[in-house]
Amino acid sequence: MEYGIFTVGDVTPDPTNGRTPSEHERIKATVEIAVKAEEIGLDVFATGEHHNPPFAAPANPPVLLAHLAAKTEQIKLSTSTTLITTNDPVRIAEDYAYLQHLADGRMDLMLGRGNTGPVYPWFGKDIRDGISLAIENYALLHRLWREENVDWEGTFRTPLQGFTSTPRPLDGTPPFVWHGSIRSPEIAEQAAYYGDGFFSNHIFWPAEHTARMVALYRARFEHYGHGRAEDAVVGLGGQVYLAKNSQDAIREFRPYFDVAPVYGHGPSLEEYLASTPLSVGSPEQVIEKTLGFREYAGSYRRQLFLVDHSGLPLDTVLRQLDMLGEVVAELRKHDAAPEPERALEGSAS
Amino acid sequence: MTRTIAVVTAGLSEPSSTRLLADLLAEATATALGPVEVEVIELRPLAHPLADHLLTGFATGDLAEALETVAQADAVIAVTPVFSASYSGLFKTFFDVLEPGALEGTPVLVAATAGTARHSLVLEHALRPLFSYLHAVVVPTGVFAASEDWGAGGADGALVRRIERAAGELAALVASGTRGPKPDQFDRDLAAMGDFEDLLNNYGG
Repeated sequence: MEYGIFTVGDVTPDPTNGRTPSEHERIKATVEIAVKAEEIGLDVFATGEHHNPPFAAPANPPVLLAHLAAKTEQIKLSTSTTLITTNDPVRIAEDYAYLQHLADGRMDLMLGRGNTGPVYPWFGKDIRDGISLAIENYALLHRLWREENVDWEGTFRTPLQGFTSTPRPLDGTPPFVWHGSIRSPEIAEQAAYYGDGFFSNHIFWPAEHTARMVALYRARFEHYGHGRAEDAVVGLGGQVYLAKNSQDAIREFRPYFDVAPVYGHGPSLEEYLASTPLSVGSPEQVIEKTLGFREYAGSYRRQLFLVDHSGLPLDTVLRQLDMLGEVVAELRKHDAAPEPERALEGSAS
Repeated sequence: MTRTIAVVTAGLSEPSSTRLLADLLAEATATALGPVEVEVIELRPLAHPLADHLLTGFATGDLAEALETVAQADAVIAVTPVFSASYSGLFKTFFDVLEPGALEGTPVLVAATAGTARHSLVLEHALRPLFSYLHAVVVPTGVFAASEDWGAGGADGALVRRIERAAGELAALVASGTRGPKPDQFDRDLAAMGDFEDLLNNYGG
């Protein structure tokens, strides 16, 4: 079981004082947060990919991740997500393979479609083709990491004749791939078909829905002969704000929650806590809630938390990470079950 | 299996003439249809959850239950007051957040109330197109009640005849239908998907 954090890189005013960090401050803070994540013993740091304000996440995550590879020793570097729809799969194959070499294999990636309508036309694509782009582009990416002299013809990109993407994956092992989706069964099917990981960022959604998507992925993973359904590689999103006691956590987080770009001005914090995986409370409460994810998702392999969003200042995020480190140490005591044989480091072809 | 009729009523006052019209329509439909379970969904207490749904993209609690009731119903009676020459925003919001496809093939009776009969075409220019878009089967007779319809000669005259006629049409549609439990959005998505080779082929991979 891996624990980590993921960021969307939002540049949001701090609602408690109205201060907005500059893009430069946000980008440097992201580096500091990633380095801190390693210090507190997390397994994974993942960054989103964005092409529009108010985000200062990298447009090409390997730029950030290569920098982090040089600044860290242990932590695995990943994405949340890499846009499989609007990026050229050839560039994904090459940039991430290069990152894999720089990071000595300490990386993987999560593919997603992106949810900002205009991003598609900015890159000459159509959002109505979202699923088809994800399916076709990955079919090519999957081959590029496994075959040389690839001949390819599809709907969305110019054909390839005898193309070998460079560099080749480290030690001939393609980077491990997760497919992220909240509500498209096609993506669960795709992950199952290839025997890849399936990540449900269920931060904003009630558990019942996530349970069905995960169950679908597990059943199809077994159907396609990659192993038992219970060994399918499931990852979940989560979101925490910690304080020594729950009243302080709620009091401190409420101003950020109330006007947050994603869920602000809607349900109360209490309602949100009751119906989604958002965890705001004492370490004990966060541990209990996180352990509860297993009740509907089964035993899973990666838990990523969102900690640096909605305008929370850097020093708060760093203090949050100190507490999260202790929470994760506690969570690990519940991971008694031995890891399945299939390692996450590489992906069988 | 007893059939279920979901009655969605968007009246805001208490008592509400919109609710009154909804009850009369439900009663008339039940009379025409025989044993039937009527589930009344008042939108007023769902106003906050509806606004939340617009912001979060998901329903919780009573709203989730109400949406499921409508999606699973054998027929729907939808009644709104007229606000600014159309259905009320609250009424529209409920159908905005209903999962796409939830009303596909469902018989629907549309009705509206207003202070004046000059709004009566709201049934034809607002409600009927909305439910056509949702692929519901809207019965030919819609029922409009202006304030004056509740007075002398109204309730026992033309309004009652329209109610009975519309209810009769709805009952006939329901009786001719053989619909079992309907799939939810997840099942519909799943059914549309096919296997992975199909996906690749369908998407031109």
